[in-house]
Amino acid sequence: MRENFDCKLGELNRKLLDMAAMTEQIIAMSIKSLVEQDEVLAKQTVEFDLKINEAEREVERICLRLLLQYQPVFAEDLRKVSSVLKMITDMERIGDQAADIASLNRALIAKKQKWELDDIAEMARAATCMVTQAIDAYVNNDEELANTVIKSDDKIDELFVKTKNKIIDEIAADKANGEKAIDTLMTAKYFERIGDHAVNIAEWVVFSITGIHKAEKIM
Amino acid sequence: MTQPKLQVKNCDLFYGDFQALKNIDLEIQEKEITAFIGPSGCGKSTLLKSLNRMNDLVEGCKITGEFTLDGVNIYKDMEITELRKRVGMVFQKPNLFPMSIYDNIAYGPRTHGIKKKAELDEIVETTLKQACVWDETKDRLKKSALGMSGGQQQRICIARALAVKPEVLLMDEPTSALDPISTIKIEELASELKKNYTIVIVTHNMQQATRISDKTAFFLHGEIVEFDDTHTIFSNPKEHKTLEYITGRFG
Repeated sequence: MRENFDCKLGELNRKLLDMAAMTEQIIAMSIKSLVEQDEVLAKQTVEFDLKINEAEREVERICLRLLLQYQPVFAEDLRKVSSVLKMITDMERIGDQAADIASLNRALIAKKQKWELDDIAEMARAATCMVTQAIDAYVNNDEELANTVIKSDDKIDELFVKTKNKIIDEIAADKANGEKAIDTLMTAKYFERIGDHAVNIAEWVVFSITGIHKAEKIM
Repeated sequence: MTQPKLQVKNCDLFYGDFQALKNIDLEIQEKEITAFIGPSGCGKSTLLKSLNRMNDLVEGCKITGEFTLDGVNIYKDMEITELRKRVGMVFQKPNLFPMSIYDNIAYGPRTHGIKKKAELDEIVETTLKQACVWDETKDRLKKSALGMSGGQQQRICIARALAVKPEVLLMDEPTSALDPISTIKIEELASELKKNYTIVIVTHNMQQATRISDKTAFFLHGEIVEFDDTHTIFSNPKEHKTLEYITGRFG
């Protein structure tokens, strides 16, 4: 009865998963460029963000075409399409932040300054895990896993506060290190924001399954 | 709980050997729009017609169960003329009489004994205004109603139904033969009329049901599978068959 619609929903899903994979890839690229102080990879990371922007446009186009041509009802289908529309905004922002991390890294490498990676390594790991879990929750329609991501936001927030306090102490101890400390703080903040976007994605996954967003019925 | 405007209890309806309605129980509340949805042949139009006894003259039609309007049994304790006055009907295709717009609207009131011209003039103007078709018809009231467009004719049909001051308006796919603009006008009209009338509408258009109705009943094979708030039916139906139908998996 609805073969065409299901076919297009399938296409939407494939394109969304492509974009999700690119989102995971860009985070991995930005972390690798940090760890290995790889200027070339940092530059590639910034460029890769443009591909994520293009992917967002494409998914957006498919969603709008589906809404226009099929006018799906709220049960299941409209929930699915509207949650995809919201999720890709967060994925695109994750791409921006990974690119921002790479840009800061390039600037530090250019100044031949060394990173204190211990401060942010744990945050990078936590953010990566949250994004991967949010995407897995979407793929497997897993409400429980999505809720796990939402709850883990507190952990990455705590890590950020810990990193910030450490950086304040470092600046107090040696003012000459101020610029590097601030760049480290900003990198930590970007990872914390990536965690926030993973939470947003997870919340839209819950909405797509239940019709409830942040404990509120949207319609 | 207030008494429903219309109530159907334990209704079975047969056309000869074919059972078109099975064990229907339904309450329709006053000043609400209730939508009937379901695939073709599921019984929704049959039930709608039974609500003002349009099946009485159908040969071989047998109805059991109880149908009440304000608690009064419409098959046993009410004259059919009174029922038809209180429960009006608008059909899928405009079915105006081959006479002037004025005479179409005045037909019902005249049948009910209103003869004074001033009074009829008032009814014609008021109901055409209520049906949002006055501006298009006020300069051609004496011309044939059949010269109007399909959308205008359908709104004149609604005006004609309103002219006898009914309490309930039954609408059987009233926009399925209309263009999108006329459809929107009829929908807006139905939402406006809800303030004063109880409306039951059969529609194949899901979006239309979500736009205008308060309650929705989903019919399948002569039974009501699910009846609930329209929002619930279209966002979180309890029955899997309802979900399958509204998402276009059959029908």
